[in-house]
Amino acid sequence: MPVPHHPLRLAVALDAPQAPPPSDAAPYLALARLAERGTLDFVTLGDRFGGPGPDALSVLARVAPTTERLGLVATVTTTHTEPFHVSTGVATLDWVSRGRAGWTVAASTSEAEAALVGRRPAAPAAEVWSEADEVADVVGRLWDSWEDDAEIRDRATGRFVDRDRLHYVDFTAHTFTVRGPSIVPRPPQGRPVTVVEVADAPDAGHAERARWAVAAARADVVLVRAEDPGTAGAARAALHDRARAHGRDPGALRVLASLPVELESPADAVGLADLLGDWFAQGAADGFHLRPADPARDLPRIVEGTVPTLRERGLFRHSYEGTTLRDHLGLPRPASIYAPAREAVR
Amino acid sequence: MSPTAGPRKQIHLAAHFPGVNNTTVWAAPPAGPTTAPGRDAARPPSFGSQIDFASFEHLARTAERGLFDFFFLAEGLRLREHKGRIHDLDVLGRPESLTVLAALAAVTERLGLAGTVSATFNEPYELARRLASLDHLSGGRAAWNVVTTSDAFTGENFRRGGFLDRADRYTRAAEFLATAREFWDSRADAGEPLPVDHRGAHFTVRGEFGVPRGPQGHPVIIQAGDSSEGREFAASAADVIFTRHSGLEAGRAFYADVKRRLPAYGRRPADLKIMPGVTYVLGDTPAEAQEHAAEIRRQQVSPQTALLTLEQVWGVDLSSYDPDGPLPDIDPDPHGELAQGRVRIADPRAVADRWRALSRAKGLSIRETVIETTGRQSFIGTPQDVARELEAFVQGDAADGFILVPHLTPGGLDPFVERVVPLLQERGAYRTEYTGTTLRSHLGLPDPARPVRKD
Repeated sequence: MPVPHHPLRLAVALDAPQAPPPSDAAPYLALARLAERGTLDFVTLGDRFGGPGPDALSVLARVAPTTERLGLVATVTTTHTEPFHVSTGVATLDWVSRGRAGWTVAASTSEAEAALVGRRPAAPAAEVWSEADEVADVVGRLWDSWEDDAEIRDRATGRFVDRDRLHYVDFTAHTFTVRGPSIVPRPPQGRPVTVVEVADAPDAGHAERARWAVAAARADVVLVRAEDPGTAGAARAALHDRARAHGRDPGALRVLASLPVELESPADAVGLADLLGDWFAQGAADGFHLRPADPARDLPRIVEGTVPTLRERGLFRHSYEGTTLRDHLGLPRPASIYAPAREAVR
Repeated sequence: MSPTAGPRKQIHLAAHFPGVNNTTVWAAPPAGPTTAPGRDAARPPSFGSQIDFASFEHLARTAERGLFDFFFLAEGLRLREHKGRIHDLDVLGRPESLTVLAALAAVTERLGLAGTVSATFNEPYELARRLASLDHLSGGRAAWNVVTTSDAFTGENFRRGGFLDRADRYTRAAEFLATAREFWDSRADAGEPLPVDHRGAHFTVRGEFGVPRGPQGHPVIIQAGDSSEGREFAASAADVIFTRHSGLEAGRAFYADVKRRLPAYGRRPADLKIMPGVTYVLGDTPAEAQEHAAEIRRQQVSPQTALLTLEQVWGVDLSSYDPDGPLPDIDPDPHGELAQGRVRIADPRAVADRWRALSRAKGLSIRETVIETTGRQSFIGTPQDVARELEAFVQGDAADGFILVPHLTPGGLDPFVERVVPLLQERGAYRTEYTGTTLRSHLGLPDPARPVRKD
């Protein structure tokens, strides 16, 4: 396989899978600053909606002003959160981080989470992921509902906005409707980065099929949980095909292999660099999402051992070139879907 | 009552981020009363952004420099409309409150962070969790301004819709807050969470709460509004009431009425702080302050805004009228529904009659009439005048403090902090340093009792 000529993308999960998540800011700040020193593309923070731990979006908003370049990707559960709130929350993370926000689309089939909210009973995976797809769709439309130049501050006519550049989304889904427009002006990235996590094969059951559908239709970044480079590469190719079937440019889809890592010694950090370089050379993925067993121990080793080794091999950046998460990922800033319609009317 | 008898009551101050409302000036002349940082002289003169984080950071840092109790954000859930189209004359577009406040926790150390969040379009578990998260992430500085939303217009953006009548809105809000408190209290000690099992008229929820009890126990609860239901709700459950400002005597009556309601709920008068929202204009002389105030009113009420305000009262299209001409002779349509997302006017004919009488008596144009009738009471004068008046309100039991609403984003608070705060401190009516770290400590509120565990 040809050696990919774009740089390797590298992200890391801040979640500590074995330990109860801290509620105060300090541990998250320390990890995020470290990740930024390693010029990582982004960090992810899971949100265990019904389990222990603080709200992920709030944690990353708290992190945003104390970092400058690092991408910040929070998990948001679409099943129990109003689509309008999902849209404004993630857009606001993009505003407070000046263009570094992303969200991982999550859905919940758990009875326990449904009972905490008490709005409706739990539903099977196919249903909640089909709803997640609709939520991701309307969220994108709400981000687009203010065109970039909607705020005009025209003193002569007294108009603060040009209302022709604000759009009702009038979205009807199976379980909700949203009229729009958003109350939040279009965020710095236009659309914050949408991330979907999947297993390495689309046919591993109803839940997985539904997640794959959302990934192919809505994701900018797909995190594939893969065991070996061959499977990861096949998943990447399959995701490209499916994205193409949705009329999307597969070149605007970043597929990262999501790997659990446990670095018991500094030597393991270099071994990890070898493994990542090897997978990357085989075209397994556009980059990697690392899930440390213990971020407080493993992340310093990644930043001090793995990252420098990747840099030496010319696979990873020495410094950030852009300022937004889309810049880091090499993803263009999308135009509002409503802008061309207005141009056509003129 | 003499203000010098006994220890001086201390004034509480909070800052409202101007953002979206019809009083935020977004296009001031170059020689305006405050200069926004980084303004480019070549561009049309305007003040800072209502959405860039730099604006929120500037105002919050200014408030903290002034040792304020808290920073206050309003909420928007639907853009306002007029004549079926999006209202385009005022500042619009704002971020989501709790996310901005979490970010502001990074750039401030002591300032309380208060967000308005509707109890109608959220669920107790998710909001209790977000507020508890904010309380932890800010080291005990979170506050929730509980509001309710009744209109189907706003409901069009939400699953739950907007179909509660006025009375149900408050019963839902009260049950919402009680349920949130059950979640917070379920983690009252360091042990395992107690499962919550709440069955009520509006909510049936059960399960364990995932966030440990925050540094304040419960975030500070603010209630905005002056209605009888609102006062009762505040007396039963709120720590701060955000009220309209309406003069010393009316303020004293409101203050006495609300404080009188507290003992029925086993609460002391000091447990609920009454903080009217107020505007202010400063000048080196009283005449200069009045001139500034008049200029600000002209900026707040453009010719287009004057006509639109008139249409909201009349309920009919008045776009053919000259804003510099006389008021229309026609009567309002009491069923006219031109405006959406605003407070309704109860008796438009009475308002129209009053405005026409005023216009005739003083020879005022449409725009001048609107300027004169829609102005809110404001503290206008030299810094000494304003400090003296604010203190008179507090020492005279018309308020415990104020939520200041600047008319400029984001620099509108700077002159107040630089010129008025030192005078309040000289008078011994305002703190010279923060003595605690949590918002409850700034407000002098006790931590909520930890419920006794029944095992």
